[in-house]
Amino acid sequence: MDNDGKFIGTPQKASTHVSQDERLIFEQSSPGKKAYKLPALDVPAVDAKVLLGEAAREDLGLMPEVSEIEIIRHYTRLSTWNYAIDLGMYPLGSCTMKYNPRVNEVVSRLEGIADAHPYQPVELSQGSLNIMQLLSECLMEITGMDAITLQPAAGAHGEFTGILLVRAYHESLGNPRRKILIPDSAHGTNPATAAVCGYQVQNLKSNPQGMVDLEELEKLVDDDTAALMLTNPSTIGVFESEIHKIADILHAKGALLYMDGANMNALVGKTRPGDFGVDVMHLNLHKTFSTPHGGGGPGSGPVACKKILEPFLPTPVLCTREDGTLGFEFNRPQTVGRVRAFYGNFGMFVRALAYILANGPDGLRQTTEDAVLNANYLRAKLEGIFELPYKTATLHEVVFSDRAQARNGIKTGDMAKRMIDYGFHPYTVSFPMIVAGAMMIEPTESESRQELDLLVDALKQIAREAEENPQLVLDAPHTTRVSRMDETAAARKPVLRWKAPALATPLQPDTAAKEW
Amino acid sequence: MRYLPKSPADRSEMLREIGAESIDQLFSTIPAEYQLRRDLKIPYQHSEQEIISYFRKQAEANANGYASFLGAGAYRHYRPVIIDALVQRGEFLTSYTPYQAEISQGTLQAMFEFQTMICELTGMEIANASMYDGSTGAAEAVMMAVRVTGRSRAVVAKSVHPEYREVFHTYAQHQGIPAKLVGYTETGRVDLDALEKSVTDKTACVLIQSPNFFGTIEDVKAIAEIAHRKGALLIVSIAEAVSLGAVKPPVEADIVSLEAQSFAIPVSYGGPYCGVIACKEQFVRQMPGRLVGEARDKHGRRGYVLTLSTREQHIRREKATSNICTNQALVALMATIYMTVYGREGLKELALQKLAKTQYAAQALAAIPGAKLHFTGAPRFHEFVLELPISPKRAAAKLLKKKIIGGVALGSWYRELKNASLWCCTELTTKEQIDAAVEVLSK
Repeated sequence: MDNDGKFIGTPQKASTHVSQDERLIFEQSSPGKKAYKLPALDVPAVDAKVLLGEAAREDLGLMPEVSEIEIIRHYTRLSTWNYAIDLGMYPLGSCTMKYNPRVNEVVSRLEGIADAHPYQPVELSQGSLNIMQLLSECLMEITGMDAITLQPAAGAHGEFTGILLVRAYHESLGNPRRKILIPDSAHGTNPATAAVCGYQVQNLKSNPQGMVDLEELEKLVDDDTAALMLTNPSTIGVFESEIHKIADILHAKGALLYMDGANMNALVGKTRPGDFGVDVMHLNLHKTFSTPHGGGGPGSGPVACKKILEPFLPTPVLCTREDGTLGFEFNRPQTVGRVRAFYGNFGMFVRALAYILANGPDGLRQTTEDAVLNANYLRAKLEGIFELPYKTATLHEVVFSDRAQARNGIKTGDMAKRMIDYGFHPYTVSFPMIVAGAMMIEPTESESRQELDLLVDALKQIAREAEENPQLVLDAPHTTRVSRMDETAAARKPVLRWKAPALATPLQPDTAAKEW
Repeated sequence: MRYLPKSPADRSEMLREIGAESIDQLFSTIPAEYQLRRDLKIPYQHSEQEIISYFRKQAEANANGYASFLGAGAYRHYRPVIIDALVQRGEFLTSYTPYQAEISQGTLQAMFEFQTMICELTGMEIANASMYDGSTGAAEAVMMAVRVTGRSRAVVAKSVHPEYREVFHTYAQHQGIPAKLVGYTETGRVDLDALEKSVTDKTACVLIQSPNFFGTIEDVKAIAEIAHRKGALLIVSIAEAVSLGAVKPPVEADIVSLEAQSFAIPVSYGGPYCGVIACKEQFVRQMPGRLVGEARDKHGRRGYVLTLSTREQHIRREKATSNICTNQALVALMATIYMTVYGREGLKELALQKLAKTQYAAQALAAIPGAKLHFTGAPRFHEFVLELPISPKRAAAKLLKKKIIGGVALGSWYRELKNASLWCCTELTTKEQIDAAVEVLSK
């Protein structure tokens, strides 16, 4: 816009609009402003100094002092700087960014559900327990498993729990074993989990189709292998069509098959991991079962397993008591122990169950079919524009490579940033690692054909720009409040909290103008 | 299905464009013998109205209209209405982890504010953008201390929340972190003599909770001295975040693991809650979880990014500081807004109300003939341990008849306290409720 009086371009949005220049809440604080009013105290007031002595706190330092309207404006303005599913498509591969139904939010906030205390008597918690029981039954039926724990707080926490079950199982047979096999296409949480559980990670190379190399697997599996952690369909969207052989190879050596359920959205209602040889798996309720991502959490990562692993489940375990009511069983001698206080992210159970009820068996199957249809539609429309390194048939996602565009100096990350200008969230960049310059696309079932076509148009246009006007792509995004951030500088001298100006270098006035 | 934006015609046209004859063809890579040819045995497709009435029914099958003195790691506080008004904005609710900074500045700036407020409240120099909860946060803090010190033993206070200790044990057993448990004295505080004997030059850290599980405020300074003398780190777990409004922050600690559930997060039968780890700046490279940092774009504009991700699993894989990926962003946002609503003065006022109600309840209940308070020799904040002339079970039954849920019985966690229960008050507890409980138990 106007920078020292010099006109530098045609603005599409005024960069100085108040909503675009919202300061930190601390910078709006001044003593004496309030956004609260407590009820009058109905018991005698106390003197903290008398009751707490030396432990009494004097002051809360920089905690903000603002009014209610300022808070509403502040966070509303901040919210407008976010992209969200409610605004458009999130084709993030392996993240399953689907619609988050609003009824889920309503039911999770019902009084009696939101106010239920984890230690209230079980007789007065039957509603909560019914919800946990029905969700457990649904998830066991969907996965084809025999037992389940809802305790893990997220996917990686579910992996941790699942591998602990594996370890406890082997220990019960006299030897915990030392190795976990992990394909090179796996998500980073898999090797990190194996390490946290005290296992060595052994890398398993993919074959030219991007699938598990059976010969290689046969060679690597021995009496010291505790399990294979397999994502199926894999991170390139391919179903391991020889999954039963994989399971057989493992089982022949006494090893177990762990399935990372991150991609379960490709399978629900069409096939069941329990039927194809999986011994233990986690689900991400915030992926497949529509609970909101909320800018990075909370998640929920139930772990389902076969009968042989049931004795080791974390305590407490949901059970039906003699009188037919539900309760918790705490006394389980072979348990791996607790993985979380209380019973897990209950609020997410409510939302996931609401989603399952809204769908029913027919809806869930249709959901899976639509997710796979959408991904294959994008694959068909984009093949030829971007290189497709693995030609194998894919289910819910497709991974292209930036090879054609990289010849012009345009990398996957650059095209991803340019997508933002077209109103889309970028696809997953540079993952999985088996594809150089990966562009990983998962549309989910929540996109209409029109939205998919818009995405295809945008990506085609970006591919053209990469040829004809590469700088435009390299400088993207052009339409956002800030442009690409200097992440290297941010990591070199991390500033992780705000400090009052007297203590910090004064902020430079934000006079920079957009250049487009 | 109402969430699916496609007509039957869309589907068949799309199949035609793909060149597939049927949807089944797209699933043909799944071996035929594993294809599910039947409906899943789950409830039929429900309308929105039916969904709401199903959950209403379950809500009614839970406790409704009861006065409650339960705390023990899950605290009922009033939730200002603007919190849900703001966190239910789709831009916050339905956004992904802010890896793409240019279109995630809202979440990023709010997390930066969260980190700042947590530092301010806990007296630490840096804080992460949240962990799953207080129990896993405490376990992760111990693992962090092991990495920082290069030592492998932990000393854990018995007055840390029993379920936090169980979770720690689950994490520690496969990490080769042997732990020693240190008891408490008749004041309810950590037994300093026992602690002194337990901490050696092989100890990575001492894990305490303050205010502890019994509501007693620990002598953090004395404990820190013992730990530091042997080169061990002190980790302070805080389960009732509102305490920070009235209780001095544990500035002598090296790491603080906070459960921020009290800040507007519904008790919701135990989750989701909001853990967070705060620590001294020198330990930043060993910190688990996401961190938001200030950054500049090429025009010099201030913004925020996820930073120091070389600690994390998506870069470091098996060498990462933790396997954590998803955190608690939306609940951390609730906590941020809550801290903003109450702010510098309100958090103090709130904490003082809680202190006053707890004090009133403790005195009134202890005045019941034959009743006694445990741990009276040290300052107490939010909870108290009460022994009644009747067993906790009988007391609970008597109270339930009058629609009162009394304190949680301690016997299953502490044999020596089998006749006692842990009572909690918050600003939501009324004098009337306290007096009613006293009346029931006096009869």
